[in-house]
Amino acid sequence: MADEVILLDYWPSPFGIRARIALREKGVEFESREENLRDKSPLLLQMNPVHKKIPVLIHNGKPVCESMNVVQYIDEVWSDRNPILPSDPYQRAQARFWVDFVDTKLFKPADQLWQTKGEEQETAKKEYIEALKILESELGDKPYFGGDTFGFVDIAMTGYYSWFEASEKLGNFSIEPECPILMASAKRCLQRESVVKSLHDSEKILELAYKLRKIYCV
Amino acid sequence: MAEEEEVILLDFWASMFGMRTRIALAEKGVKYDYREQDLWNKSSLLLQMNPVHKKIPVLIHNGKPVCESLFQLQYIDETWPDNNSLLPSDPTYKRALAKFWADFIDEKVNVAARRIWATKGEEQEASKELIEILKTLESELGDKDYFGVETFGYVDIALIGFYSWFGVYDKYGNINIESECPKLIAWAKRCLQRESVAKALPESEKVTTFISERRKKLELD
Repeated sequence: MADEVILLDYWPSPFGIRARIALREKGVEFESREENLRDKSPLLLQMNPVHKKIPVLIHNGKPVCESMNVVQYIDEVWSDRNPILPSDPYQRAQARFWVDFVDTKLFKPADQLWQTKGEEQETAKKEYIEALKILESELGDKPYFGGDTFGFVDIAMTGYYSWFEASEKLGNFSIEPECPILMASAKRCLQRESVVKSLHDSEKILELAYKLRKIYCV
Repeated sequence: MAEEEEVILLDFWASMFGMRTRIALAEKGVKYDYREQDLWNKSSLLLQMNPVHKKIPVLIHNGKPVCESLFQLQYIDETWPDNNSLLPSDPTYKRALAKFWADFIDEKVNVAARRIWATKGEEQEASKELIEILKTLESELGDKDYFGVETFGYVDIALIGFYSWFGVYDKYGNINIESECPKLIAWAKRCLQRESVAKALPESEKVTTFISERRKKLELD
C-alpha cells in the first residue's frame, strides 16, 4: 500500500526539523507543506485543533502532533531500518528523559536569548549554558547521545544546533569554549546527510532571528 | 526477566505523578518497595537517583533509576509486557494519540491547577483555564468509558491522580468541577472502582487538609 506522508512545517522551526530528519533517516518519501504561522491553513487547524502548531505529520490522513511524538511514531512505523530509539526499555527511558530535559530546560532560555535584552538576556544566557553543560556531561565521551549512532536525543538537539549560530550572535557569546565536546557532537550531527537536507541556510535563520528580535525587543 | 527483581518507588503520598506509577505497577502486578519521601528534606537516595531534577517519583529497578512519571509508565509497560497493556500495541497511531493526550495533561492541567492554590490573585483566571482544559479532555473522552477506549490505560492513568486534588481546586478556585464536567467525574468514579486506582489515590479530604497547611506555611492564608 502506498503511504501518503505529509509534513506541515515551517522552515526555520527547530521542532519541524526533527520530523524532517527522522523521515529522511528512515528514507521515507514525504510531501512538505510550508505553513504561514501568521495565517495558518485550514488543514493545520483541522489536523492540530488543540495546539494549532507545527510540525504535524499526516500519515494516510491521520495527524500526529508534537515533534518528539512524531519522531517516535516514525521510528515505530518504519521500524525495519535505522532505529532511532534504543531497543532496551531502560535505555529508551533514559533517551526520553534527556529529550524531556532538552525541551524543558533549553527551550525557554533559547527563546529568551533572542527575545530579550539586558539583564533578562544575561539570565537566559546563563540558564542556556548551564543546561548545555549538563547535556555535555551526559554526552561524556560518546560521539552522539545515542552512543555510536545518531539517535533520539541527537535528533532533538539538532533542532537547537540549527539555531546555535543565531543564538550566539544575538546573545553575543560563544558556545564552543563553554561546551567544546557538545560542539564537536553538534558539528558531527550537522554534517549528516539527513540533517544537511533538512537544514536551511544558517544565514537565513540568522536573518530571521534579527528580524524577530526587532519585533520582540522594541 | 531476572528471578529476583528489586523495584523501589521513591514517592510522596499526595503526588498525582507518583500515583501514576503506583497504579501502573499495581496494574502489572509488580511487587515494589514504596518509600515515602520528605520533599522538604530530600533523602540522599533521592538526590543520588535524580540529580538533575531532584523530584519524585523515581522508580529504581534493580538499582537503576527511571525518572519522570510518564516515562516510568512506558518503561513499566515495556519491561512487564505480559499483562494489562497500558499503551495500545496496535495500531501505532493510537499509541501516538495516547502520548499526545498524556503530554497535553502534563503541559496544561498541572500548570493551571497549581496556579489555583499556590498563588494569590491568580485563582480566578487559573480556575477558568482549568475548567476549559478539563472540558477539552471531557470532549476527547466523549462517550467512551475510558480514554484508552475499551480499556483503562495510559491516558486514564496520567489524569486520574488529579481527581484527588479536585477538592483543592474547587475550594481555592471557587468552582465546582462536578457541575462543569459531569462526564469526567463519572469517568473518575469508574476508574476508582479499579483496585489499583483505589489503593493509589489518597482521600480527597486528606489532600485538601494538606494544602490548607501548605498555604499557611506559604503565607497565602
